[in-house]
Amino acid sequence: MSERVENVICTFCGCLCDDIIVEHDNGKILKVLRACANGQGHFREYDPSPRSPRLRGKEVSWEEAYAGASAILRESHSPLVYGLSSAVTEAQRRAIEFADRLGAVVDSTSSVCHGPTGLAMQGVGEPTCTLGEVRNRADLLLYWGCNPAASHPRHFARYSTAKGKLTPEGRRDRTMVIVDVRPTAATKAADLFLQVEQGRDFEVLAALRALVKGRPVRGESIGAIPREILISLAGRLKSCRYGVAFMGMGLTMTRGRDLNVAELFSLVSDLNDYTRFSVIPMRGHGNVAGADQVTTWQSGFPFAVSFAQGYPQYGPGEFTAVDFLARGDADAAVIIASDPVAHFPRRAADRLRTIPTIVLDPVESLTAAEATIWMPTGVAGIDTAGSSYRMDGVPLRLRPFFKAARPSDEEVLARLIEEVRR
Amino acid sequence: MIHIRGGNVYDPANGINGEVRDIWIDGGKIVEAPPVPPGGVDVIEAEGMIVFPGGVDMHTHVAGSKENVGRKLRPEDHREHVRSRSGFLRSGSGYTVPSTFLSGYLYAEMGYTTVMEAASAPLMARHAHEELDDLPMVDKGLLVTMGNNHFIMDCVARGERERLRHYVAWLLEATRGYAVKIVNPGGVENWKWGRNVASLDDGVIGFDGVTPRKILESLAGASRDLGLPHDIHVHGLNLGQPRSAATTRETAAALDGRGSHLCHLQFLSYRGREEGHTFRSGAGPVAEAVRAAKDLTFDVGQVIFGQATTMTSDGPLEFSLHQLTGHKWVNDDVEAESGGGILPVVYDRKSRVGAEQWMTGLELFLLIDDPWRLALTTDHPNGGPFFCYPQVIRLLMDRDYRAEILASLPPKCLEGALLPDLTREYGLYEIAVITRAAPARMLGLRSKGHLGAGADADVAVYDRVNVDGTACRCSRFASCRRALSRVRHLVKGGRWVLRHGRIVEEVQGRTFYVAPGYDPALESGLREYFEQTYTVSFDNYAIVDEEIPGGEVISCGEKKRNGSF
Repeated sequence: MSERVENVICTFCGCLCDDIIVEHDNGKILKVLRACANGQGHFREYDPSPRSPRLRGKEVSWEEAYAGASAILRESHSPLVYGLSSAVTEAQRRAIEFADRLGAVVDSTSSVCHGPTGLAMQGVGEPTCTLGEVRNRADLLLYWGCNPAASHPRHFARYSTAKGKLTPEGRRDRTMVIVDVRPTAATKAADLFLQVEQGRDFEVLAALRALVKGRPVRGESIGAIPREILISLAGRLKSCRYGVAFMGMGLTMTRGRDLNVAELFSLVSDLNDYTRFSVIPMRGHGNVAGADQVTTWQSGFPFAVSFAQGYPQYGPGEFTAVDFLARGDADAAVIIASDPVAHFPRRAADRLRTIPTIVLDPVESLTAAEATIWMPTGVAGIDTAGSSYRMDGVPLRLRPFFKAARPSDEEVLARLIEEVRR
Repeated sequence: MIHIRGGNVYDPANGINGEVRDIWIDGGKIVEAPPVPPGGVDVIEAEGMIVFPGGVDMHTHVAGSKENVGRKLRPEDHREHVRSRSGFLRSGSGYTVPSTFLSGYLYAEMGYTTVMEAASAPLMARHAHEELDDLPMVDKGLLVTMGNNHFIMDCVARGERERLRHYVAWLLEATRGYAVKIVNPGGVENWKWGRNVASLDDGVIGFDGVTPRKILESLAGASRDLGLPHDIHVHGLNLGQPRSAATTRETAAALDGRGSHLCHLQFLSYRGREEGHTFRSGAGPVAEAVRAAKDLTFDVGQVIFGQATTMTSDGPLEFSLHQLTGHKWVNDDVEAESGGGILPVVYDRKSRVGAEQWMTGLELFLLIDDPWRLALTTDHPNGGPFFCYPQVIRLLMDRDYRAEILASLPPKCLEGALLPDLTREYGLYEIAVITRAAPARMLGLRSKGHLGAGADADVAVYDRVNVDGTACRCSRFASCRRALSRVRHLVKGGRWVLRHGRIVEEVQGRTFYVAPGYDPALESGLREYFEQTYTVSFDNYAIVDEEIPGGEVISCGEKKRNGSF
């Protein structure tokens, strides 16, 4: 007899869709309804088998793995704790405690993703809202440097084109503007697509700010967008009922980075002199928003924190994992629920290959495959309970529907803390 | 068993005023002195020391989404204010917005053992509880914002009193909340349209016939009907504006007889000198109005000169501060429930406005003569950091110290001001009232704020000699005011957690919440409402017991009137 579980939360991306239906039988997932392709993969690739940890390529007992980890950590003078974004909040809390007690540098995948968004927020603030305001209130949506159709496939249906209190007609009650350097799957859905010349987002944003404030802007076009179109866009932005901007890697990881984002956030702030406007960064991993939250409430800073001096120090560019590794400053690493060997620039990834690494991950990622110690852990929301934060900061409780055959990240980290304190 | 021997005990709830008494503790509670002292008793020698119940902070922002956005927003606040990990204690950072573990340690070191996080949107309550779980050393609770909640305003519009009551009960249980918080009722909803409310009878856009007055009255009624231990906790209209004193007088009149706590009254007690012009203290007229409204209680929200981080669910207020100061601004509109904003400020004693705000708070402290209706707060971190309470205590106890500060303010502010002529000085007994006994009583926490048998064994012992070993320099007072800045010994829940000024044990406090009970028939309607309104499904909304490891239900019942337990 198969069982059916409703309102399951998918932790693949920052949307945290919480309406998934899973049918399972005898510890196997048979059917996943409502999930997007990414979410289907997340559930269907779930491996329920108990796995043994691996130490230098050999399967060992958990006790041997802890002993090995303990030896690595005792030898290390400058350890790095990295990842966090696919772990539940409970595990993240343990991870920051672990880093604090170890005197480690701790960083999350934020630093290679929306880290610049954090810096922009610290510079100019951030008027934001929850996704329900998008559903119920927003009549103008501005997407900048992001492609939700690929990164957050259910975003449109669940939030921005859904029918809501003041938007009974759904998509028809809204104007959708997309700014990107190239047409994407999402741009077809837009009322207005503006193709900005690569690397010139900042200029366009600055021009829009000027136009919103009624200041003159010279030049026939700005960033390959005709001035007349920007004038008309500025007018639309000012005259909507409630606007929401979404932004992604197109702003954070191109030239200008945090300056691009700060200019967009400032534009959104400015627009509140005329109407209501908010911005929501399109966060990627399931609980990357939670990683920022937990690191902040325990240390005061969102990412790139060093506890080496005994107290928290904030150092984007210094304690961000890529920089810390590429400089050769890390002499051991504990990687939690992420795959930096696959995603980091070569110099940083090469450094990771030369130092002892302890990897906590349910799947054998490239990083796990090359790790000194791989500790296969449970999967949050399938066999492990815990909380995760949606991209808009709404916290949700993940309810497991399977019994765990492996320890959770939280349990493993608690044990590692014991080893360190000993 | 612990024996606190020979201290000067201040326990106003039991009428003890500095008399030398012994305190006995067993099993986490205060007990009567045993007829024959048993062996193995831990003795705290308190001769010549001041013994208070553990402090109760009834209105502070130490955990949750707004507080944490404030931390994230302000690396400049933390850089020079750090604490290293030491032994089993965690490291931390932050001045106006300290990290959670550091906040717990700072409260303990000041002798406080109970704190109420004063605002979370229901949707964000899970976040607040997760942070509260990382706030050691204190017992805690969470106030849940309801003053701009769509379901509630729909009930008010339709006059569905009973449905509203069941919903409030359901929401408190779903969020593991302690009491009903109301922030700028109707104004936060209107802010989502770019507007606000300016008077109790303004309309709320999209909710026919609903006004701030009706929201306040309805929720006050629901709260009393449910027998909640703490009355509605109200942040009123026009906060920070020169017309706020007049609005506060109206609000007090509207709520008298219904039971309410008006929070951070200082921020709501201003007037213009001439019609709508400059900014002046309105503490006089406000104190007069609240003295007359016998059923209301208050906390002050004193301003501390220096840096602060304002954070409130009052979204339109933060936007107006942003327009006024140009400082970096965060806003957060929460679907169907609430909103909020965050903005750094500086209270500058050379600025007329900052000086007026500082004087307003002290005038309220000194003009409201019944300390049992008053609690000491700074609305941390809005008025200033909570660990500045000892500074406020000194200001209340020492008029010379007040005069010293007054002399440094812009002379224009002193013209016609009340404060320079107020000679009242608080004694330690009254300080124990406004920091312990009164807030515990207002919150309906019967085992807090006093040292009678059966009370929670939370005891703060202060020494005349400062913790760093320097001699206390005061001579004018029977007891020392400076000593209250840092506790010498602290017993929390029966454990001697702080000895000779050092935390020797990190303890995890309890989380108080209420479960008044509701009609389960409400849930089917709610399910449908969630589908139409929220982006979170009904099944994933409510907090479950496993999420609140130290949870403890405080029972509801017949509301005890002000002045008795």
